[in-house]
Amino acid sequence: MSMADQSAPRDSFRLSMLLYDTRYRSLTIQVVFFILFMAGFAWLINNTIQNLETLGKDFNFGFLSSRAGYDINQRLIEYTNNSTHGRAMVVGLLNTLLVAFLGCILATILGVIAGVLRLSKNWIVGRLMTVYVEAFRNIPVLLWILIIFAIMTESMPPPKDFRGDEATAAMSLWETVAVSNQGIFIPRLVPASYFWVFFVLIIAAIFVIRYLRKRAIIIQEATGVRPGTFWQSIGVVVIPLVAAYFAISAITTKNELTFIVATEQSVENLVAFSEIAGRINYCHAPNSAASLSGLRYLEANELDYSRREFHNTSASIKEFIGGTCNAIVVDSADAAVVADSLSDGLRGNATAVTVADTVMEGRAFEFDVPELTEKGIPRFEGGLHLRNSLIALWLALSVYTGAFIAEIVRAGILAISKGQTEAASALGIRPSRTMRLVILPQALRVIVPPLISQYLNLTKNSSLAIAVGYMDLRSTLGGISLNQTGRELECMLLMMLIYLVISLAISVVMNIYNTRTQLKER
Amino acid sequence: MKKSLFMGTLAAAGLAAGLAGAATLDDVKAKGELACGVTTGLVGFAAPNANGEWEGFDVAVCRAVAAAVLGDANAVKFVTTTGQTRFTALASGEIDMLARNTTWTFSRDVDLKFTFVGVNYYDGQGFMVPKELGVSSAKELDGATVCIQTGTTTELNLADFFRANGITYEPVPIETNAEAQQQYLAGACDVYTTDASGLAATRATFENAADHVLLPEIISKEPLGPLVRHGDDQWGDIVRWTLNALITAEELGVTSANLEEMAAGTNNPEINRLLGTEGDLGAMLGLDADWAKRAIAAGGNYGEIFEKNIGESTAIGLARGLNAQWSQGGLIYSPPFR
Repeated sequence: MSMADQSAPRDSFRLSMLLYDTRYRSLTIQVVFFILFMAGFAWLINNTIQNLETLGKDFNFGFLSSRAGYDINQRLIEYTNNSTHGRAMVVGLLNTLLVAFLGCILATILGVIAGVLRLSKNWIVGRLMTVYVEAFRNIPVLLWILIIFAIMTESMPPPKDFRGDEATAAMSLWETVAVSNQGIFIPRLVPASYFWVFFVLIIAAIFVIRYLRKRAIIIQEATGVRPGTFWQSIGVVVIPLVAAYFAISAITTKNELTFIVATEQSVENLVAFSEIAGRINYCHAPNSAASLSGLRYLEANELDYSRREFHNTSASIKEFIGGTCNAIVVDSADAAVVADSLSDGLRGNATAVTVADTVMEGRAFEFDVPELTEKGIPRFEGGLHLRNSLIALWLALSVYTGAFIAEIVRAGILAISKGQTEAASALGIRPSRTMRLVILPQALRVIVPPLISQYLNLTKNSSLAIAVGYMDLRSTLGGISLNQTGRELECMLLMMLIYLVISLAISVVMNIYNTRTQLKER
Repeated sequence: MKKSLFMGTLAAAGLAAGLAGAATLDDVKAKGELACGVTTGLVGFAAPNANGEWEGFDVAVCRAVAAAVLGDANAVKFVTTTGQTRFTALASGEIDMLARNTTWTFSRDVDLKFTFVGVNYYDGQGFMVPKELGVSSAKELDGATVCIQTGTTTELNLADFFRANGITYEPVPIETNAEAQQQYLAGACDVYTTDASGLAATRATFENAADHVLLPEIISKEPLGPLVRHGDDQWGDIVRWTLNALITAEELGVTSANLEEMAAGTNNPEINRLLGTEGDLGAMLGLDADWAKRAIAAGGNYGEIFEKNIGESTAIGLARGLNAQWSQGGLIYSPPFR
């Protein structure tokens, strides 16, 4: 504002000044546009409401608490077809977050490696990385998803090929990993009681290592010599963990478990029970070593059983009461009490009784190795099932986004002038330290902001999951739930809101990291 | 950006709902073609032939309606829909009617605000397995990997069936029938489940159809029929009575071969009313007197359509079974033309 404006007489305001006076004009235009914008917005909302009324549809989210009725194959939390649409939405959301998280990590690793190698002085390595980057970022990600999915389903052997004397396929890595066209099955780590001790030790180790580093810096600044911290750090992590493993194992291997079965007649042991019941339906919680030991006992004694997997121990107890399964293991110490309490809920004349069979819990953690079923439909049981849909989506999103990240990393490194490297060399700093202490901290300032948008892209692209039947948010809430309930507007708005929140959350976290990597000026 | 996206959705929803309110008959006449939602390809029910022309059992219903309303059985725009997109397409007014193996259920009729105009195929959900799996009953499918078209009633029936029988399964959700077929043949799933008619149609396209069996269990009732939006009863009536005209034509022995002869006038007053030589049923519907004659001329009567597309003489080889006329022991029954 100039002096002339300030001295203009205030009492002589006329309406026309709103248009002709430069002091007010821009404000007038903004107000008019704002009113038009809001009017347009109001018209749209009004139109939607009116038309929904004409169609006789209301707008409410009540459907989220009604029974979903459909099954989801990949569940990170407990979910059955008796759960609600709201829970199905959460299952989908967690699947979205899982693939986004895995994708971001793998894409970053691939991207950094490819970006650094693309600058390699080795001609072949450099050109190979160029080919990777150009091929992957210039072909739509949907095609990569479909290609990887097709490779997984069409060229991997079906489970039936693993069975029998003339098996044409075999499990790899000492019979622990099965690569089939129904997905990849890998061993699953199953924790026993007191497993939380490991987490406590790891967190404690992190604090100790930080202390060691701080101490090293203080000594370095005082004496000029930096004491080594590498072996101490490894020792701080490994020694307590190994000690804890043996200590916990000593306890848990002596922890006796007893089988409880649901039966209408009195039975002495599992052999008698399997004769009466026809078949043992074992309530199995894949994340409990106790449950795994029970399973191994059934296997070792060649009992006729089938495993019924539930999300965790409490879910399997619930299903035991519901009658989906009829045998379960619990601590021998309170087996009688548990059996009594379970009997109350059972249907019909059935009661829950303890049998003579006992088994020990096992070591601090066990590995549940996938294995092929011996009879019935050939399939892999146990272990961790990485479904084709997850693998296809994860790998495709990672290699695609990784190609973009490679370019970002390359740009970041190139942005640091050569003088920095030369100055570091002149001071006698070794090349590896030059990279770590001089180049990378400066390059990160350039790398992080575009990296955020790549992470956001990857997360949003994960909604292409529907192409391979991966049950993400789009497939559950925006797919089956939408279709079964007919709540298009509600589902779409909710889905948009959730994606918006996810994106903003990623953005916030990465921006905090960005501020930390920015140039610190004093 | 976020705001404009939000507005875009609202606008789309508003526009869609706006279209839905208008009189569909006038819209169709103004456009000069009928937008009919069909599957993405299920041989016998709706699939393009070698010349790229759509044909099949469901397609025939679309053509009959187009012939009745517009006088041209080819004035149909076929819009392919998946199990997931079909209801949105119909509710938004993108299509005028949906003829896509859609099961008539309470919630779809009442809550989703659609009008099912009748049943053109009584179906039930079945299972197809490779013979070498050695399974003879669906109850032996414990632990099976099941391919299933997502967004359909089959998904819910499947969950209910396995729960009721206390056995487990691994669902593999699939978007279209073609993808399901591919997954099933590759062995990525042990079982394919959908309506029994769809299974028969799918199996007919296999190279070695004899290597696959349909299990005896039919686990649900699936009355399939064309549907329209709630709120336009006149349009609903047109589609309903076009379907009924095809069924009545078979009952009364009116075929595409003797249609002209019958239309010249017969001793049976119901045939005369149907074909417009007597009474003014067409005018009551808002159409001309020959509407039903044209609908029948489009592809023949119900029985002819059945035989030509999915009947025992075709590769799909479905028996009439429940879908025989009521007078032949089936369930196909049209209210009288009076």
